[in-house]
Amino acid sequence: MKILVCISNVPDTTTKIAFSADNSTFNNAGVQFVINPYDEWYALVRALELKEANGGNVTIIHVGAADSEATIRKGLAIGADDAVRIDAEPNDAFAVAEQIAAYAKDKGFDLIMAGKETISYNGSMVGAMLAELMNLPYISLATKLDVAAGVATIEHDIDGGTEVLECALPLVLSANKGMAEQRIPNMKGIMSARTKPLTVVPAASADKLTSISNYTLSAGRVDCKYIDAANPEQLIELLHTQAKVI
Amino acid sequence: MSVLIYTEIAKGKVKKSSLEAVNYGSRIAKQLNTTASAVVIGDADLSDLGKAGASKVLKLKNDKLAGLNGQYITAAVEQVATAENSSIIIFAHDFTGKEVAPRLAAKLKAGIVAGAVDNPTISGDAFSVKKNVFSGKAVATYAIASAKKVISILPNSFPVELTGSAVEATDFAVNLDAVNSPIKVKEVKKVSGELNLPDAELVVSAGRGMKGPENWGMIEELAKELGAATACSRPVADMHWRPHHEHVGQTGVAIRPNLYIAIGISGAIQHLAGVNGSKTIVVINSDKDSPFFKSADYGIVGDAFEVVPKLIAAVKHFKANKN
Repeated sequence: MKILVCISNVPDTTTKIAFSADNSTFNNAGVQFVINPYDEWYALVRALELKEANGGNVTIIHVGAADSEATIRKGLAIGADDAVRIDAEPNDAFAVAEQIAAYAKDKGFDLIMAGKETISYNGSMVGAMLAELMNLPYISLATKLDVAAGVATIEHDIDGGTEVLECALPLVLSANKGMAEQRIPNMKGIMSARTKPLTVVPAASADKLTSISNYTLSAGRVDCKYIDAANPEQLIELLHTQAKVI
Repeated sequence: MSVLIYTEIAKGKVKKSSLEAVNYGSRIAKQLNTTASAVVIGDADLSDLGKAGASKVLKLKNDKLAGLNGQYITAAVEQVATAENSSIIIFAHDFTGKEVAPRLAAKLKAGIVAGAVDNPTISGDAFSVKKNVFSGKAVATYAIASAKKVISILPNSFPVELTGSAVEATDFAVNLDAVNSPIKVKEVKKVSGELNLPDAELVVSAGRGMKGPENWGMIEELAKELGAATACSRPVADMHWRPHHEHVGQTGVAIRPNLYIAIGISGAIQHLAGVNGSKTIVVINSDKDSPFFKSADYGIVGDAFEVVPKLIAAVKHFKANKN
């Protein structure tokens, strides 16, 4: 089974977010970048488990400049067999999907996986777009995935519950919590990652349908109003009269 | 041109997030001096769609649409968009919205903003929309350059207004003969009796401070009295004190209720990333230095085992006096 896992390069959750002086671009000076957690913990780790159980190959793919290679190597250290970097700016979700689709369309992947969304732009879009561009079925927010005899059995979240689906491969899915547990790369993995193949592919042509013109930091909360632990009824009163939420 | 809004039925009525989307779409239509049409799958009392601002309500008819399969919905909405000459298509950023909106955008080569939190700014051909980025730490303004546009709006970002008048729904037959999805639904497991966490307006959440799963009775009671959903922090889900679907935070569910009450949760940044969109945050923690107080609107420094029972009594008293 050939599995392709799409990985994004995102600022670590604990990063203090900052922008250029004119607020038009993200300021990545001093920022620690990591594999998007949903791509890593859930999509990549489950792909590796399926490969370990059934045999096959796990390729990770990333759209971005050369400075994202440390993040790609981390994916190889966790256990991916090889990696592809498409040398293009990941301008928006559609541009990323077009790049990945252009690469993947004739490679015969049985399963294409992405995390449910990035923790940077929180769009939850690339998987669905890839599926459309490649004319494949797409299952979003999958929490369980098993594959037997060319058919995937997938559990995913729906309104007010979950749904169990079956789908003949190939297919695209986005991975949500529940699919796998985080794996910390071991020393052997880290050593072998240095020599695993990382192919750089030139950018295909892509559309530019959206662009970010401006960023602003979210307004934080004003001061916390403390309420005496002995009189929680005051809290209920304030939630009713001041916050107006009950 | 016109504005098209995709809407859904749940539990016998139009979903709240769908009404938010219709309000949103009708505001855009008004600004552009055009019409807002709502498309809907399923049967129910559809009068709220008109009241929310739809000038036309189209019931999509095709047997393949019963299972809410994204491939079929995408094809169906595209057919309506063509028939209605719609260049702006609105979804709620919910389960179906996440599956269908980007797929449709790719099909139409429409620029998409997923999770919009503000009405668009429109000036001539310039069209921009704001959305949260970096898990709520910042807001980005997206310019959409394409003529066709898809926007999904973040649930619970706008109050629902039902000030219009109901319109008669008409059937719209879609032809899906050319689309054959290999996805088969084997089983649907509905969580019965519980409030759906992402849709809940009030949420009571608890963490390791509760010391063990046997102590969740008071959390559930407080939630029940408030009419709130229950949630938990990541360690609590990882230790199997509570089911995984209750985990809110960076790697769990992101929620933005009107009220989030966090009990015995320290407020790690990963947890905050999943809840900082909440309108009002209450933190109850015995540690006065808990970082969560910095992100709270109201705080109580105290032992949950003493504070929560008092809070339950206070809610009961409040409800008794209110009625």
